[in-house]
Amino acid sequence: MSVQLEESPTTDGEVISNYTINFGPQHPAAHGVLRMVMELDGEIIERVDPHVGLLHRGTEKLIEHKTYLQALPYFDRLDYCSPLCQEHSYVLAIEKLLNLEVPERAQYLRVLFAELTRISNHMLNMGAHVLDVGAFTPNLWIMDLREDCMNFFERASGARMHSAWFRPGGVHQDVPEKLLVDIGEWLDNRFFQLFDDAMSLVIDNRIFKQRNVDIAVVSRDDAVAWGFSGPMIRAAGIPWDLRKSQPYDVYDRMDFDIPVGTNSDCYDRFMVRVAEIRQSARIIKQCLAEMPQGPIASEDGKVSPPKRGEMKQSMESLIHHFKLYTEGFHVPAGEVYVATESPKGEFGVYLVSDGTNKPYRCKIRPTAFSHLQAMDMMCKGHMLPDATAILGAIDVVFGECDR
Amino acid sequence: MSVVHSAPKFASNDGVIEALSSALGSAILSAQEQHGEVLLTVKRDTIVDTLRTLRDDHDYQQMMEIAGVDFPERAERFEVVYMLLSLTKNHRIMVKLSTDEATPVPSITGLWPNAGWLEREVFDLYGVLFAGNNDLRRILTDYGFEGHPFRKDFPLTGYTELRYSEEEKRVVYEPVELAQDLRQFDFLSPWEGGDYVLPGDEKADGPPDVDKPKVTEGPKDTGAGPKAEKKAAEDTPADPPAMDEPGKKEDDK
Repeated sequence: MSVQLEESPTTDGEVISNYTINFGPQHPAAHGVLRMVMELDGEIIERVDPHVGLLHRGTEKLIEHKTYLQALPYFDRLDYCSPLCQEHSYVLAIEKLLNLEVPERAQYLRVLFAELTRISNHMLNMGAHVLDVGAFTPNLWIMDLREDCMNFFERASGARMHSAWFRPGGVHQDVPEKLLVDIGEWLDNRFFQLFDDAMSLVIDNRIFKQRNVDIAVVSRDDAVAWGFSGPMIRAAGIPWDLRKSQPYDVYDRMDFDIPVGTNSDCYDRFMVRVAEIRQSARIIKQCLAEMPQGPIASEDGKVSPPKRGEMKQSMESLIHHFKLYTEGFHVPAGEVYVATESPKGEFGVYLVSDGTNKPYRCKIRPTAFSHLQAMDMMCKGHMLPDATAILGAIDVVFGECDR
Repeated sequence: MSVVHSAPKFASNDGVIEALSSALGSAILSAQEQHGEVLLTVKRDTIVDTLRTLRDDHDYQQMMEIAGVDFPERAERFEVVYMLLSLTKNHRIMVKLSTDEATPVPSITGLWPNAGWLEREVFDLYGVLFAGNNDLRRILTDYGFEGHPFRKDFPLTGYTELRYSEEEKRVVYEPVELAQDLRQFDFLSPWEGGDYVLPGDEKADGPPDVDKPKVTEGPKDTGAGPKAEKKAAEDTPADPPAMDEPGKKEDDK
C-alpha cells in the first residue's frame, strides 16, 4: 500500500507514507463503474488516475453491423439518463447526410421531449449530487419528478427509458393531445412547487455550500483547453450553448437564456443546472403554445415508413414497408460530425457513410470523456471527500463514457 | 442543392477553405466541403504545426474529438480525424490524416491536454501509434486485452469470452464458443450492389440468356429431366386398379 516514505516537517521527523487507494469500481459515489487510483498524502489527493472502460460494450462496432434504423436504439443505452437527447444527435446526423426535411410538428415534438429529457436528467444528477455530499431528502423529492417525466415518455413512446422514439425524418408516433395538456398542467401546478421545495433545502444550506463552494475551480482557459462543454463550460462563465449558437430543429424560434456561473466551482455547476431547468420549462411551454398540427414524420416514403392503414390498401406502401424494415434506406456517401447540446454537454456523432444501408463508421463523442480526464487537474490538492462532490458535479454516466 | 435538413447550423463555410489553404500552404493535401462540412486532409508529419496554426491564428480553440477510421483496402489503412470547434467564430472543421499500423502519428497532447485520452482510445481500438504521448495505455478494453477490436478484420464476437468459474472461484477467460453461428444478414438488393452469389446461382454456367424467350414446345423443353420425361411418356392404364372401398369389409360377407 505504501508508495514512498518521506520525512515530513509537520510530523516532527516521523516517517509518514503516501497512500494509494482504489476509489471504485464498486463505490456508490462513483456513479457507475469508475475506478480511480488515488495517491493520497494523508487526506489530500496528490494524483488521480481514472480507469474507465469497465462498461465498454463496443457500441460503435455493433452499429457498423446494423442498418441505420436498427442502430438507433443503441443510443438510448449510451447515456441512459437522457436517452432522447442522444437519439437527437444521431437522427440529425442521418438527416444531414440525406438532406432530409423534417415536418414542423416533428421538430417541435423533438425539442419538447429533448427538454423534458434534460429536466429528467438534471433531476437525477442533482439528486445524486446532493446525496453524495450528505443530503438525503431532496433526492427523494426530485426523483418523484423524474418519475413523472418517465411517465410522459411512456405515454409518448410506450417505453419509460429506452424510447427509440426519434426517427430519421421525424418521430415514430404522434402524441395524444391529452399528453401535451398534461405536460403543461404538470409544469404549472406540480413541478415547480416540488422542485422549489427541494432546492430550498439545498441552495442556501451551509453544509452543501461548504462541500461545494470553491471546490475544483477551473479557469476559463483551462475549461476551453480541456474540451469542456455543457454546464461545465457555462459554470466557467462562458455562455456557450449549442442550442443557441448552432440551433437545430426549432431551437432558433425558442426564447431562452443561457445561465452562466461566476466562480467555476462545483456549486456553480450545480446552480447552472438549477437555472437550466427553469429555461427548459420555458422552452417546453413555448413548444406547447406554438406546436402546429400536421405530419410527424417525413413524407419521403424512401426513408420513413408508411402508415399502417395505407399499407393495407396500397401496394407501393407495402413494398416501401418491406424494404425499409429489411434492407433499410441507403444514405449517400460522405462524412458529417453533428453535435447537439445534451444535458451533460456536447454529444457528437461522427458518421461515415459509404452509400450502403449500414454506417461505415459511427464515432460517438461522449461528454464525459473530456470532463473525466480533467479529474486529476481538478482534484489535485483537494481532500478525499471532495472527489465525490467533483464527480457529482461533472454529471458522469458510464454507459456513455465507455460506450 | 438547397439545405432543407434541420441539423445544427453553424457559421457559413464561405471563404474558409481559401483562407485556411493559403494559411497552411503545402501542409494541406486536399480541402473540400461536402454535406456542409469543411474537411481538410493534411500531411501526417505536419499535424502539430497545422493544428497549432488553426488554434492560435484561426481561433479554433477547442479540440472536441479524435476519431479513428479503418479502410483495410488502402495502403495507409487508418484515418485519424480531428474535430475542431471555434467558440468565437462559431464554426467547426474536420482535419484528417492517414497512417498505417507501423507509422506513428505526432501526438497533439502538447496543444490540448484532453487529446491524451482521445489518442489512447484510437490506439486501443485501432492500434494507431502516437509519438509523443507518454501515457499510451489501453483505455476502453479489458486489462490485458490483446488486439485492436475496431479494426474491420476483427470479428464482432471477439476471440475470448469470460465467465465465473465455480471450480476455480474466479473469472476465467476462454475462447468464444457460439451455440449458433453469428448471423450476418446482408439485405442489400442483389441488383443494388450486393457483392455475393445468391443461393443456387453458383450452378449456372454464365449470366442468364434473357434475350431468348423461354418456351415449352415439347416435353424436353420443360427442363424436368430425362427420368420424368420417360415416366410421362409411359401410357397410363385406362382403368386404374380398383381400390378397396372403405366400410365394405368382412362384416358384408
